[in-house]
Amino acid sequence: MTDFPSSAKAVVVGAGIVGNSLVHHLARLGWRDLVLLDKGALPNPGGSTGHASNFIFPVDHSKEMTALTRDSTNQYIELGVHTVSGGIEVARLPERLEEFNRRITSSVSWGEPSELLTPAQVKELVPYINDEIILGAFYTPSVGCVDSLRAGTLMREAATALGALTVSASTEVTGIDVENGRVRRVHTDKGPIETEYVFVCCGVWSPRIARMAGAAIPLTPAVHQMISVGPIPLFEETPGEIFFPIVRDVDTNMYERQNGSDMEVGSYAHRSILIDPDEIPSIEESALSPTELPFTSEDFDVQLEQALELMPEILTVEGAGIRHAINGLLSLTPDGMPILGETPEVKNLWSVAAVWIKEGPGIARAVAEWVVEGASEIDVHGADIARFHPGQREQRHVDARASEGFNKTYGIVHPSEQWESNRNVRVSPFHPREQELGAVFFETAGWERPWWYESNGKLLEEYGDRVMPREAEWESRWWSPIVNAEHLAMRDRVAMIDLTAFHILDVAGPGAVEALQQIALAEIDVEPGRVIYTPILDHHGGFKADLTIMRLEPELFRIVTGAAHGMADRKWFSDRLPQDGSAQLTDVTEDWCTVGVWGPRARDLVASVTSDDVSHAGFPFARCREVELGGVRALASRISYVGELGWEIYAPMADGAALWDVLWEAGRPHGVVPAGIGVYGTTGRIEKGYRAYGAELESEYNVAEAGMTRPKVKEHDFVGKEPYLRHRGEEPAAIMSTLTVDDPTSSSGVKRYMLGREPVLTPAGERIVDRKGRPSYVTSAGSGPSVGKHVLMAYLPPEHAVEGKQLLVQYMGERYPVTVAVAGSTPLFDPENTRVRS
Amino acid sequence: MNIAVCIKRVPETGARITLTADEQEIDTSYLGFTISPHEECAVEEALRLVEKHGGTTTAVTLGPPAAAEQLRNAVAMGVESAILLETERGDWDPQATASALAEALRDGGHDLLLFGNESADSGGYQVGIRVAYALGLPCVTGVKGIEIADGVATVRREESGGWEIFELPLPAVVTVKEGINLPRYASLPGRLRAKKTEIARIEPAWREGGLRKQRLVVPQEQGSQVELLGEGPAAATRVVEVLRELGVA
Amino acid sequence: MILCLVEPGELSLEALAFAQRLGPVHAFSVDAGEAYAPGAWAAAIVQLVEQHSPDAVVAAASDRCQEAMAHAAARLDLPLAANCVSAESGDPWRVVRQRWGGSLLEEATLSGPVKLLTVAQHVVQAAAPVAVEPFAPALSEADLAVRVVRREEPPPGTVSLTDARVVVGGGRGVGSAEGFGLLEELAALLGGAVGGSRVVTNLGWRAHSDQVGQTGARIAPDLYIACGISGAVQHIVGCKGAKKILAINKDPHAPMLARSDYAVVGDLHEVVAAVIAELRR
Repeated sequence: MTDFPSSAKAVVVGAGIVGNSLVHHLARLGWRDLVLLDKGALPNPGGSTGHASNFIFPVDHSKEMTALTRDSTNQYIELGVHTVSGGIEVARLPERLEEFNRRITSSVSWGEPSELLTPAQVKELVPYINDEIILGAFYTPSVGCVDSLRAGTLMREAATALGALTVSASTEVTGIDVENGRVRRVHTDKGPIETEYVFVCCGVWSPRIARMAGAAIPLTPAVHQMISVGPIPLFEETPGEIFFPIVRDVDTNMYERQNGSDMEVGSYAHRSILIDPDEIPSIEESALSPTELPFTSEDFDVQLEQALELMPEILTVEGAGIRHAINGLLSLTPDGMPILGETPEVKNLWSVAAVWIKEGPGIARAVAEWVVEGASEIDVHGADIARFHPGQREQRHVDARASEGFNKTYGIVHPSEQWESNRNVRVSPFHPREQELGAVFFETAGWERPWWYESNGKLLEEYGDRVMPREAEWESRWWSPIVNAEHLAMRDRVAMIDLTAFHILDVAGPGAVEALQQIALAEIDVEPGRVIYTPILDHHGGFKADLTIMRLEPELFRIVTGAAHGMADRKWFSDRLPQDGSAQLTDVTEDWCTVGVWGPRARDLVASVTSDDVSHAGFPFARCREVELGGVRALASRISYVGELGWEIYAPMADGAALWDVLWEAGRPHGVVPAGIGVYGTTGRIEKGYRAYGAELESEYNVAEAGMTRPKVKEHDFVGKEPYLRHRGEEPAAIMSTLTVDDPTSSSGVKRYMLGREPVLTPAGERIVDRKGRPSYVTSAGSGPSVGKHVLMAYLPPEHAVEGKQLLVQYMGERYPVTVAVAGSTPLFDPENTRVRS
Repeated sequence: MNIAVCIKRVPETGARITLTADEQEIDTSYLGFTISPHEECAVEEALRLVEKHGGTTTAVTLGPPAAAEQLRNAVAMGVESAILLETERGDWDPQATASALAEALRDGGHDLLLFGNESADSGGYQVGIRVAYALGLPCVTGVKGIEIADGVATVRREESGGWEIFELPLPAVVTVKEGINLPRYASLPGRLRAKKTEIARIEPAWREGGLRKQRLVVPQEQGSQVELLGEGPAAATRVVEVLRELGVA
Repeated sequence: MILCLVEPGELSLEALAFAQRLGPVHAFSVDAGEAYAPGAWAAAIVQLVEQHSPDAVVAAASDRCQEAMAHAAARLDLPLAANCVSAESGDPWRVVRQRWGGSLLEEATLSGPVKLLTVAQHVVQAAAPVAVEPFAPALSEADLAVRVVRREEPPPGTVSLTDARVVVGGGRGVGSAEGFGLLEELAALLGGAVGGSRVVTNLGWRAHSDQVGQTGARIAPDLYIACGISGAVQHIVGCKGAKKILAINKDPHAPMLARSDYAVVGDLHEVVAAVIAELRR
């Protein structure tokens, strides 16, 4: 091997579907001097791609996964390696039929045609199915199978043809050098390669490779069992690899798919079998391949019986036997999402891991755009490797959540469903008090946050039907009418809300102003004591974050952002601080607890425990300063995400319990209630039309569309300024609007309440798609107890974003009339913002 | 016909074998186990003979409790019953193994005892023959074809390009070689039946044998280099030379 | 003294060389009539052991010698070490023998008054031919009860994948069902059979019964000619039993080549056509 490269622009490690797709897209976007390595031989180096089932079901409840899958499918079709077979998900249980209605909702939202079938219709498409044990089915005609190995070969060839790529198979990476926090070179058994970038596309081996550079990729290899039964005479008569639709027997966590003359049966039902990445055998040690471990038949026994129930005729046909059976390895992550992006630990070391065949080429394209252009067309923030807080990167957490998530692969997962394993990792100092008050905790980024308090049950009587009780089980799940009661009590009196999960970052130093000016859209150079609310944009002018920044001192800023995106925001800021060290970022999340005190009586409450002037004149809106509250020194910031008078109050963790007690005792005469995040995140927010990052604000929409442009654009340059100026100047393709449900009563007389992500339709029932091709769907949904309506938010094209306009929203198989209440950012509740500014 | 098939549990190895630290066994942490290939063909042959002539089949093995898995594999293929000579000892040489198997099979009333020609792992080439002597039965090894008629087994084996035909009065011992048939795969109903089948367990009597394993060694890689015969059609001459050297052209 | 059982052929000369390292050798062959009978060969060994009280009996690990030695071992109730690559006398003897077809070696001790060993194929250099005593054992009826009753030459006609001495396999590189015509022609010339990779049978270019691989046939021919087959593990499992593999592939990095004994880099259609022409010359 005399031509082994000694240097490269980028080394891509792993020639599975991800690595192959990535070199293709990097080359297409103009990168050269790429080197693709794999320790195995081509075209199948022995990773998970080699034994993948290779089928693609396009419909997912997640918008970005559906988009990535669609993009991948289009790429496979273009490569000529996609065969359409159709795909049928069958229901054995009644609750699955309801889930299929929900899947239809998603299929309409994302524009992937699907339909419901009766058992008899299934039988027509799949003549060998036992239609007596199924209740109905969800059919997606566009489901297909791909040849992922062939696709990989073609993509390598495309990159090679551009003169951009050197491929070196049977080459093992033995080390990665990092200098000054940046990758420098990759060591291999064929020699070292100096390189600017390294992409870890190593599937189940990714943790092992990243660790060589001192970075963590929190995934675990896990077993997915699969058997192949054949030969089946019916299949031998059909041409090609697949003729009959793929069947997903979702209630038993299984699929059955024709593969040539065989029927492949795959299972996600068996016990979770996790493998340590260091325990994966080498290629030479493996009987089949390193990711095809010996089949453990006892784990599959139950599925055998279930498969026989569903397809008795062909699986017992004379001469057919189990010709192949493996414990195949795939990658599982703690939250079920892929792991993409530059690692927080090492510059230019990128992870492209935990990616399945169905989304591989699409993800590769998104990552290539991200690294080459600074942002991807499809928003992939949900898969950003920077999302994990340290506790989520611990093996214990990865294993617990991977195990819990495995059997949910085909599960009916409620959008608010909580994890059961590895809880109580991060608790606020208020936690014991909250437990006493009967808090029901939901988890965000490891933090236990009260969603509502059972002790507020007494408020239900007080508010009666104003709490908008829910009749359907699905919408009552992970919800309580107490949320709405707490909301009303807050609007009437005053509430205390635990916000300790906030992610808090201090940026300090002589270069702090300049650095933050570069990052934030809003003017940063304000007087100390000011609170700045600002969007953070990416290079395309899409939303990267939205957060508040307090200028505490001339050279000290405190950034407060949400728990879920805090780690990613931290990376975004620290990546953009000056090289000379003139501004330093410190994560002080663990140092401060936070409680929000909001409501018409908030000032009375706070004033009763402090000698500081908290009058409107003495402590105006959007100001912050240190105050002493009953002996506790705290930082108070007069802002609100729920549309009420009040403060966010920050105190050192150690003083948290004392702070709570001071406020609680002072609040009693004012009728204070503890309120949960159900109020803070949904009801209080949505009545005010406040946008949330990850729901309304994401990289695919811009500031103008979100209705958040400011009258003036600051002089200083900032990330995304140029597209921001452009977006201000053009007519928005969509306008963020607030809608109210006119009548939530279903045809069977049950009140139904949307939970989010449902399609918004024209009065004629047509999908609404803006001129950029983006569908209108519900970005947030929730009760508006103070306005007495179920409230929805959605981006609508200008012709529909007209106040008073009647539209429809599809939900659970029915369409409900809705009205555009607000087009733009005016709040539905208290449109003049008198409460906040009183 | 009443046929017993003796099988052995062996690991399913990859391209490289690694050993346990004490060098006594193959490291099977990543490996599955299977019926040794010749014996898998013996199971298939037993099933075919019974399908043709009627009768019963029994799979027999000597091994650790986990060897029940291979017996169940045989049952899943279609064998009716299974006997496990269960032992935790690792020092069963061919003499000891044959003696234990002979005891277990002595009063079984079998018309035919099938073995593999040699096991995939230890390759001793002798257990079937030793069992035949212990039971006073005729025996042929390396068989790739069996016909039964009138109490006589007519068996064939490959020898220098042709076939040698033997006739054995039943009961007899026959050891078969891969290629005699293509073993069937376990059917789904077979697999479910195997799960429920009761395995008869016998504690075998160990005897001293004369061949004792001391340790295992992984031989050094003999540079099995690929010989490039040429590029394109020009390589044809050299290809044909090689075909002739190999005696296939 | 070492007794060495000799039959015609190279393997016995290797066994002879092995025996000569252990001590003075008395080489013999079995003179027991035309029809081979394992019992007669075993009787010869047993009688010579009784006559000579040798330290050991050595024979090649050929089908017949292996069989005869196992019969003798059973009759004498002595241990037999098969497939030895070396032996060292002493008390007991120390032998190294092949396991797993040579993928693994076993160091073992061999006890008993007479040591019985067979010699693994092609691990020692063959010795020069020596004088061989044709030994005619005294035979009982039992010794001849099992013997070759007739010999058959293989019937002409179709050769099955698992029986074929030569298998010509085709992969995606063959390009079409029609492309297999050339492979059929080569197989016919070599008296072999044609197989295909999983891709090929899935594409419908060949019947599923022609699949060589994990989910198809597992073959063990003398020669496997892999044409346009990349060499997926799935396929390797099916063909690794072949004694020799010749790979023809246009991609010099195809893993099939690394698994082969011989390789030709080039378009398989051109190469196979040229080979057919050369064979017909």
